[in-house]
Amino acid sequence: MLKALSMEETTEAPDERPEQSLHETLIADVASSKDRKAFEALFLIFGPKVKGMMLSSGASNDLAEDMMQEVMLTVWRKAALYSAGRGSVATWIFTIARNARIDRLRRQPVQPYVDVETVSIACEAPDAETRVIGSQNEERVREALELLPEEQKTVIELAFLKFMPQSEIAAKLDLPIGTVKSRTRLAYKKLKEKLEDLK
Amino acid sequence: MSIHHHLDDASLMRYASGDLDPAFCVIVASHLAMCETCRNAVRMAEALGGDCLEHGPQADVSADAFARISHLLDAEAENRPTATAAVMERPKEVSTQVNAEVPLPLQGLIGDSIDALDWQWLAPGVHRHRIEMAGTSSSLFMLKIGPGRKMPEHGHGGVEMTLVLRGSYSDTFGRFGRGDIADLDEHVEHQPFVDSAEACVCVVATEEPTQFKGVMSRLLQPLVGI
Repeated sequence: MLKALSMEETTEAPDERPEQSLHETLIADVASSKDRKAFEALFLIFGPKVKGMMLSSGASNDLAEDMMQEVMLTVWRKAALYSAGRGSVATWIFTIARNARIDRLRRQPVQPYVDVETVSIACEAPDAETRVIGSQNEERVREALELLPEEQKTVIELAFLKFMPQSEIAAKLDLPIGTVKSRTRLAYKKLKEKLEDLK
Repeated sequence: MSIHHHLDDASLMRYASGDLDPAFCVIVASHLAMCETCRNAVRMAEALGGDCLEHGPQADVSADAFARISHLLDAEAENRPTATAAVMERPKEVSTQVNAEVPLPLQGLIGDSIDALDWQWLAPGVHRHRIEMAGTSSSLFMLKIGPGRKMPEHGHGGVEMTLVLRGSYSDTFGRFGRGDIADLDEHVEHQPFVDSAEACVCVVATEEPTQFKGVMSRLLQPLVGI
């Protein structure tokens, strides 16, 4: 009886925002049938976001445009590797953009990231229901970020939006590195609490 | 595999935002390859990046941006019709690689055999294998320390990360076995000793600021007088 009740509750409260399932549908169409229209829709949504991110991390207009093309090309090529169980489409594209930046701007090997992705895929439970951080958590992440004290939020945005190294964040905010680290830890802790609430 | 010592939250956030030095990135990635808990933790951190992308500033792309990529895809469809299939195809050896004693992110640097490495003798019961890496001021090396060996107490001039691949050691922070990572801040002092029956093999990354003596020389000074 109790079980039936709880099942009913979960089916009655689908926690997905429509645009998330749109992103997922588009990726699935690109992956399964090389759907150029679906890809164009993704390009229109994410191209300006990726370029905006590259610009805010200090790239020139030409470089940002070029990196955006590279990132979107990877989205096309690797669409079949996207798994909603590992996060939202935006998060997946963020990791592609981050890797492209490491590879191109920092001229550092991106292979460790690729290897970890390979391990994740190889170890993935075939049961698609096990969403560790499913894409439906996107709203929770937003809420967690909104709730952060301004000083922690600033550190997160400098690190994840502007890709600023920890040492530069410390210099910019005139703080010891240790303080930047502890703000990062606190922010992560709150995010984790918020997301684990859901389980 | 039961892993007891995980990444510091600040380190996993730096990994997620792409801010780790290449030597440290290899250690973190190698731990992640062995630790599902930390892989999930990194995914949560990456979701912050996803949020920043989703809600961050947007910039107009050039008017012919999609036409350009579309043109590229046409050319690709003609020349490499199986490009995506190749990405998707998981050759059999992947599962062997993933489960090898040497974690995947290290395999590209040292191969898949710990025993086949060129070990340099440093002191009785202590061997080292340096891993050359471009683009870093930190150093990355493997250490093999015999059973029962105790290292002299030492502090760190900078951040140090140690990942155990074989055997185990103990220090004030506890026991470290395969897959455990010691993600130590500077100013930490410890005196590890190997408590496994076999030699303990670790991969270590250290920051070596020039004003400090390298951690290795301080570590081994009492042993070999360098």
